[in-house]
Amino acid sequence: MRQIYLDNAATTKMSPAAIQALLPCLDQVYGNPSSLHSPGQRASEALSHARERIARQFNCTPRELTFTSGGSEADNQAIRSAALLGARQGKRHIISTAFEHHAVLHTLDRLEREGFAVTLLDVHENGLIQPEQVAQAIREDTCLVTVMYANNEIGTIQPVAEIGAICRERGVLFHTDAVQAAGHLPIDVQGQNIDLLSLSAHKFHGPKGVGALYVRKGVPLTSLIEGGAQERGKRAGTENIPGIVAMAAALDEACGRMEENAAKVSALRDRLIAGLANIPHSILNGDPTRRLPGNVSFCFEGIEGESLLLLLDDKGVYASSGSACTSGSLDPSHVLLAIGRPHEIAHGSLRLTLSEETSQEDVDYTVEAVTQVVSYLRSMSPVWRDLETGKQSFVIQ
Amino acid sequence: MALYSETVMDHFRNPRNVGVIEDADGVGEVGNAKCGDIMKIYLKIEGDIITDVKFETFGCGSAIASSSMATEMIKGKPISQALELTNQAVAQALDGLPAHKLHCSVLAEEAIKAALKDYYDRSGIPYDPAQFPDCGSCEGCHV
Repeated sequence: MRQIYLDNAATTKMSPAAIQALLPCLDQVYGNPSSLHSPGQRASEALSHARERIARQFNCTPRELTFTSGGSEADNQAIRSAALLGARQGKRHIISTAFEHHAVLHTLDRLEREGFAVTLLDVHENGLIQPEQVAQAIREDTCLVTVMYANNEIGTIQPVAEIGAICRERGVLFHTDAVQAAGHLPIDVQGQNIDLLSLSAHKFHGPKGVGALYVRKGVPLTSLIEGGAQERGKRAGTENIPGIVAMAAALDEACGRMEENAAKVSALRDRLIAGLANIPHSILNGDPTRRLPGNVSFCFEGIEGESLLLLLDDKGVYASSGSACTSGSLDPSHVLLAIGRPHEIAHGSLRLTLSEETSQEDVDYTVEAVTQVVSYLRSMSPVWRDLETGKQSFVIQ
Repeated sequence: MALYSETVMDHFRNPRNVGVIEDADGVGEVGNAKCGDIMKIYLKIEGDIITDVKFETFGCGSAIASSSMATEMIKGKPISQALELTNQAVAQALDGLPAHKLHCSVLAEEAIKAALKDYYDRSGIPYDPAQFPDCGSCEGCHV
């Protein structure tokens, strides 16, 4: 059976280059970078070298990078640090969007309980915020704007450079969760006026459990983990050398092939979108063009996403959904609700995220598989029957 | 996928009794689309026996499997036995459900009860309303 992995926004397969970089760090460059002896110093060199390589890809200096356990930790630390800096100046207002990753939203919830005010900007039906919304929302006491670079569920790419320019002009720190963007879209923290940026290695064919936080020089970080003096005292714990070295290798490769990959993957994406759009009463989530090269997100009326995923799994198509049943909660994806999809429509969502390994045959097979499964599930759905017999009106035309 | 037992996956992949009975003697529908689960059960009843049963379900894998199993458990059985069917019995027959999916088996129990209540209502058979708790009393639909 054909096996098609279309959940690259959840995680990616490690690239051969990343694996090759990682392996010697397990049994050869195994020293602790804090040790004075030669094995330790070799590890320390590997760490510096990886830091330099990563810094180059984002146009920052190596000292501006702090390694973390991944995107969630980087988001937490970025927001916590900016909030603390704000609070010291009596500024306790933070601006974000309604469809951020939970690593951001839950951190903001916590800060709200601690006395901060949070404004969540509307992301509209196309999943894009307008830079003017940020300009209008900034107050005297705003200490941070945090807007994701690209959305993890619907793939929409936010106007980061424009938001960065506004924040810089108004003297407000700007953080962007670039977990879905790093390695896939060009990022220039100087040119885009980004003060803090989070990334995670396993979204661009690096290993899991490692990420980084970029912080512009002069913005002091708050440590979330107390202990040793690693990462210039901003992140205690022995550095994950294998992970960091492999992340650098994966990022170099992803950035080196970015244009080529984006052209190939976005053409497949558009083919997949066109194929799925032929399913009656289906709708694409998010702007059709201002989206990640590999992201396809649809809602199908009259069916539920988990059963869709299970049947696709039987056909060798590995996908994800924003339905409540797949999350273990009763509410469907907050992202789909934020772009105005009603609950019953959001339950019937499907996210397919491609990689440069995806082929045109994979896409065509997937279109056929999804079309069959949606039609089958509709045939046993009382909701679909009510829609077809006119007892209920279609939400998606 | 290891989320579900083999039995759940079997009933999900090959659901028994899917469909509609046009001239049903009792029809019950529970759940709501907002929560992501709707189950509709159609009964054909002769004398005291449930001679045929069909279902339609909008929902996750365990909702479809629960509907399938529950309809199998009452087909050809007397009404009194169908009324005694509990969600635990459905879940057990499925070799268990994950904790957060137990409400799917509750829906199956309630859908059958709703269909039987509808049958009583249509046929003018008196019954004790306490036997038929409102759908929505289960935790599954309380958001």
